[in-house]
Amino acid sequence: MNTTLLNKTRTINTFLYKKVNMLVNLRNESSSNTKRTTIDKPNVEKFTKILQEWWDPNGPIKALHAMNLVRVPFVRDGLIQCAQNERNIKPLKDKKLLDVGCGGGILSEALSKLGAEVTGIDANKELVQLAQYHSNMNDELNLKPKYQYTTIEDHSKDFSNYYDGVVASEVIEHIKDKELFVKSCLQALKPEGRIFFTTPTRSRLCKIFGIWIAEYVMNAIPKGTHQYDMLMTPIELTFLLERNNCHVEIINGLVYNPCTNKWDLIRSQQLLFALQAVKLE
Amino acid sequence: MLPMSSSVRRFLLTKAKTYVRTVTTSKPATSFDDDQIKQNYDIIIAGGGMVGCTLACAIGKNSLLSHLKVLLLEGSPQQKYEFKPEYSNRVVALNQNTKSLMNSLEIWQHIEKARVQPVRHMQVWDASSNALISFNSADIMDDDVAYIVENDLLLHAVNKELTSPDLKNVNIVYGAKISGYELSKHEALTRNLIKMNNGDTYSCKLLIGADGANSAVRNAMGVQYLSWNYDHMGVVATLHLAEETENTTAWQRWLPTGPVALLPLDSKRSSLVWSTTVDHAKQLLQLPEEQFVDALNDALWKQYPHSSAVEACTSWFGSCLKSIGLPDGAERQLPPSVKSIVSASRAAFPLGFGHSTRYVAPGVALVGDAAHRVHPLAGQGVNLGFGDVKDLTEFLADAIYTGLDITHHSWLERYESSRQRHNVPTQIAVDALYRLYTVDLPPVVLVRSLGTQLTNALQPIKKLIMSHATT
Ligand SMILES: Cc1cc2nc3c(=O)[nH]c(=O)nc-3n(C[C@H](O)[C@H](O)[C@H](O)COP(=O)(O)OP(=O)(O)OC[C@H]3O[C@@H](n4cnc5c(N)ncnc54)[C@H](O)[C@@H]3O)c2cc1C
Ligand SMILES: C[S@@+](CC[C@H](N)C(=O)[O-])C[C@H]1O[C@@H](n2cnc3c(N)ncnc32)[C@H](O)[C@@H]1O
Repeated sequence: MNTTLLNKTRTINTFLYKKVNMLVNLRNESSSNTKRTTIDKPNVEKFTKILQEWWDPNGPIKALHAMNLVRVPFVRDGLIQCAQNERNIKPLKDKKLLDVGCGGGILSEALSKLGAEVTGIDANKELVQLAQYHSNMNDELNLKPKYQYTTIEDHSKDFSNYYDGVVASEVIEHIKDKELFVKSCLQALKPEGRIFFTTPTRSRLCKIFGIWIAEYVMNAIPKGTHQYDMLMTPIELTFLLERNNCHVEIINGLVYNPCTNKWDLIRSQQLLFALQAVKLE
Repeated sequence: MLPMSSSVRRFLLTKAKTYVRTVTTSKPATSFDDDQIKQNYDIIIAGGGMVGCTLACAIGKNSLLSHLKVLLLEGSPQQKYEFKPEYSNRVVALNQNTKSLMNSLEIWQHIEKARVQPVRHMQVWDASSNALISFNSADIMDDDVAYIVENDLLLHAVNKELTSPDLKNVNIVYGAKISGYELSKHEALTRNLIKMNNGDTYSCKLLIGADGANSAVRNAMGVQYLSWNYDHMGVVATLHLAEETENTTAWQRWLPTGPVALLPLDSKRSSLVWSTTVDHAKQLLQLPEEQFVDALNDALWKQYPHSSAVEACTSWFGSCLKSIGLPDGAERQLPPSVKSIVSASRAAFPLGFGHSTRYVAPGVALVGDAAHRVHPLAGQGVNLGFGDVKDLTEFLADAIYTGLDITHHSWLERYESSRQRHNVPTQIAVDALYRLYTVDLPPVVLVRSLGTQLTNALQPIKKLIMSHATT
């Protein structure tokens, strides 16, 4: 056989082998406890159900769409502070951002619009495809996010100390091994880079309003979105970050009004919170 | 690319397109043929009065908005401004907030170089009683109460900046005859069409109605408009005063027929705004000039019959105030007397109230008199409009800095609620003042006189009034 052809087949084979392996690994890891993983399988797969309506601003996850109005400025101002008269339309130009658990790309696209070079990763393959498709179709988007179907623990191996900012918005509450998750996020972040989280608070108030009422009574967010035990408190997340060589700079309370579909920053962190931390040298 | 699973493929075939379209606003909202459109703009401002022109300038100068393509359509032909020694009869009192907006747009320097008169005192008094209220800028704030500027000078100053070569993104069409609007109803697909009499059509994402009290944009929005005419007209004129003074006081006397006000122009001249019944206004316009001056001096000086009961009460109340160390309003300054009027400077304008229940619709916003109209008695009208300009540009810039579309509902709603929260109470207060003071019944006169005395006596209330009136 001709050597070039042989080589070609070999590379294709290794490529396929790697691909399959990766998929198998993802599956296995979540079912066996031998290797640490951030994936909690049901917490990844359940999002496939709302694939079709993901980008409908009035659909089942309209709250995530509306949340951009508070989280985009939160991330932007954490990365860049600019005097009123010096602002420009691409404040995040040249910033490399990682959107962990990007889902269908609602936040990734919004951050790209501000000029950031966004990479979105998610453990749900169909959502990553959706995100990719949506950004391809969106001709208003000059700079498109790059999407990748992977886990943060794998991604951070190849992109160590790479990003100016890492964002995990409404993700950590779906994560199994939070320590591994945070460590991997931080590995991908440059020293002096900022990391941002938004997540519901594990509190009685959140249990009542955030889970029972919002999910079951008002249908404001899809049923089963959150499991109480997997939520964190601001203090737990702060400890976890500071144990891993970070300094927590800001914690804001967040509140969502399902009647008006509006988010507000508030003092109380009993419902949801937004946290910003800096990675120390 | 990753292989697609069946559910994703199904998705692509069905709903995806509709949702994707919601973000591609460049697609036409109507079946209108693209070839017929003369030009596409991001923003079209209909109406180039003081408010519309200032808005265009503010958009052009904002670092976050200067990339937007803006068109200003003004119905009247381009006016050539000429500085004349004689003052124009149309003037406005601008408050501190307007001054700082004009300063930030580098417009104020042109006004200062030409002419502007600061107002440092205000005296308002009631012809039907002795009640008086006086504001002194030095007591209340560190700065002047207001500035009197001619409308045409202000517009000229705005246009100087608007047409400066640094400002590249604003086109202006004068003599624009708009025949109609076709507004899109969907936020995400906004494309408003503006049809002109000459057959041209312009399109824009965001349409701003700055076309005054009879706004056609407001009509096209189909919003509720609450309005009434006061059966009054505002008679204006430029006055020569009998004596030369510093002339930094604005005078306003409440007659049973309405307020007569003198706004200072320079040491010898003032501008008149005399609101009175329609018949009386017409009569005043017909009078020979000397007789008009007599009528005016009467209006400023004549003793009106006071109700003795009211008199007794107010002087008792005054002495009470005095006994606890508060000003009783008895020390009043005497108003100037008028020597003559500048010939042919008289004119009369209808006065009315108007409130648009909505200032915004998908891809549309109203500013200035198009959204709200007030009686000129408190000199608030155009200041409210300039407040709209400031908030609108600020909220729009903020939306863009957050990566939102220029027609995103969130900033439009924010604009509407922020402005209505300021404008509506002001309008209601002005209307209430008007009603309160055009009544001649002794009990009403009594209540308002006591109220006036009390307001005058209490510095914090005065401060409150001033700070609301200047924002
Ligand atoms: C007697 C009097 C005294 C006043 N005194 C004061 C004062 O002391 N202080 C104060 O703050 N305010 C005062 N006001 C109020 C003030 O004049 C108004 O609030 C102000 O002029 C409103 O400005 P605007 O630009 O919103 O509207 P306008 O000045 O009405 O401008 C609207 C513009 O739109 C144009 N236009 C309208 N329709 C169309 C169309 N279809 N196509 C194209 N162009 C169109 C018009 O030509 C005009 O240029 C006074 C008003 C009166 C009547
Ligand atoms: C509520 S969605 C948030 C989506 C996106 N961040 C946003 O705000 O628009 C949660 C996302 O986290 C993803 N996810 C859950 N577990 C994950 C894990 N271990 N690693 C990466 N992504 C995960 C899910 O697939 C889902 O897309």
